[in-house]
Amino acid sequence: MIIADKVTASRSGRKLIDDISIELKPGQFTVVIGPNGAGKSTLMKVLSGEMQPDSGLVSYYGTSVDLCQPADLARRRAVLPQATQLAFPFTALEIARMGAVAHGALNPSEEARKALSRVGLRGFESRPYPSMSGGEQQRVQFARALAQVPQAVVDGVPRALFLDEPTASLDLGHQISVLETARDFASAGGMVLAILHDLNLAAEFADHLVVLHHGRVVAEGACHETVSDDIIASVYGIAGAVGRVPAAHIPYVLPQSRNR
Amino acid sequence: MPFRRTGEGDRTSQGVLVLFLLAVLLVFSCLLSLHVGPTGVGLRDLFSYLTGNGDSLTIQERVILEAVRLPRTALGLLIGAGLAVSGAMMQGLFRNPLADPGIVGVTSGAGLAAVCAIVLGGGVLAPIAMVLGNQFLPLMAFFGGLLVTWALYAIATRDGRTSTTALILCGIAIGALAGAFMGLLIVMADDRQLRDITFWSLGSLGGATYGRVLSILPFIVFVMGIIPFVAKGLDALILGDAAAFHMGIPVQRLKKIVIVAVAAACGSTVAVAGSIGFVGIVVPHLLRLAMGPSHRFLLPGSALGGGALLLIADSVARTVAAPAELPIGVITALFGAPVFLFLLIGKNGIGARDLP
Repeated sequence: MIIADKVTASRSGRKLIDDISIELKPGQFTVVIGPNGAGKSTLMKVLSGEMQPDSGLVSYYGTSVDLCQPADLARRRAVLPQATQLAFPFTALEIARMGAVAHGALNPSEEARKALSRVGLRGFESRPYPSMSGGEQQRVQFARALAQVPQAVVDGVPRALFLDEPTASLDLGHQISVLETARDFASAGGMVLAILHDLNLAAEFADHLVVLHHGRVVAEGACHETVSDDIIASVYGIAGAVGRVPAAHIPYVLPQSRNR
Repeated sequence: MPFRRTGEGDRTSQGVLVLFLLAVLLVFSCLLSLHVGPTGVGLRDLFSYLTGNGDSLTIQERVILEAVRLPRTALGLLIGAGLAVSGAMMQGLFRNPLADPGIVGVTSGAGLAAVCAIVLGGGVLAPIAMVLGNQFLPLMAFFGGLLVTWALYAIATRDGRTSTTALILCGIAIGALAGAFMGLLIVMADDRQLRDITFWSLGSLGGATYGRVLSILPFIVFVMGIIPFVAKGLDALILGDAAAFHMGIPVQRLKKIVIVAVAAACGSTVAVAGSIGFVGIVVPHLLRLAMGPSHRFLLPGSALGGGALLLIADSVARTVAAPAELPIGVITALFGAPVFLFLLIGKNGIGARDLP
């Protein structure tokens, strides 16, 4: 279990997150939503150990994150960052391989190959990363994260997957397949924390939904408790948007009602 | 199994093959460097000397080999390897294929200190020069490089994080400042000092002695020794500080080690041979084309390739205008600058795509 206890973090005198306590539980897909500047990425940085909170504590199974070496943390959780650009022409396989190396794989190239096929990039192994499209690059990075935590549970200890806007720059099909892969990771006993902007996807995939606003948790729980007219109106300033069908001449797509 | 096929997208076997070819090239360039010169030492004699049967050599040939050629070859090998590896490390550290110890000001700092030594050695700095004797110039250059690296780190590091942009901009500023001071010193210099400065600034292996070889050996050995420990980290660092940390790399510690290594390699080579340009930028570039950007192969490859390039350049410098000798910096620039320009303006060159 990864726990943030009353964490506060500020930069340049502004509180980015304020007194937040959340728990990531094994087997649970946690989604953080909230408007721009709500503190979602900061919360993820604090939870992943990348940023030190000004006060409060982040712990991985009872051990404070300050006491963990970077290499220990790397075996316990992987992080998918927002868009990454490279100045050097690594191949897709070489990028994914770095994740496998980070968790100490015996055959990192083979694990990287598996991870690439999990994100639908079989056959893209030798493509130079800088020549790939934004969506393909994002999936290579996802493969790197998967290669770093190839199994959701190792020796009874669950691993965690942190995804910062994993669906940005992906088409609809790949948005869903990335989140399904993450959900499988959670179902296998791992912990998943994802930041999402698409409330429909958030509502569909989250076991536990956290709504952030101005650095604070304003609502938390199952999606039917959190995606309500009141909360969406107060956080996003859009009233009456929940659960309504738009005017007849505007077509709309409901990916959550697709055939399975 | 060095030539095992490792499959699509994995350039491990390619890297091993290129390393092997570079090692062969390095052996040939060592033999070339020992062989050529105003007084030729025959290849047959050279082989018998190297295999322990030196009886066939005349005393004169023996003296040339032992007192002139061997230290010069050893020095060229160490300097070439040090320059190329420090270039490759710096480019990885800054995530920019154009970064080079010359660009972040390490070479300028070492150079300014060396010019100070040449011009002020007879005046203000005379007491220090008296104490240090022949080692005065090299030591000054080395400490100049170290001082710049330390200052860069102090200026560009905030909250325990080094900003790449700040570091490169600082380097440009330090380079400009060093250039200005160098100009002042050159105005103050007399004719003999001016000739020394010019010759030194073009770089030369001419003063090679076993003493100089031994004086830079520890620095170069240190830089080569850390390659296995920094290669994985530098690869991860290409994805950014945060991603490298996520993959278990102690980012700040890695950066400190690499910066010290670069200062050691660059300062010590400037000290013994003046500023020899383009080795640190051309060798890693060519190797990235041949084996990909992974530092697992790029760093050892740069060591082998840098040594070979410098020995070949020095052999050319000694022979084209014999018995006179061209400064080696002229040769590396003649080789290097066109390659560099080609990389910059070519269809897939650095200039053709946006750098983050």
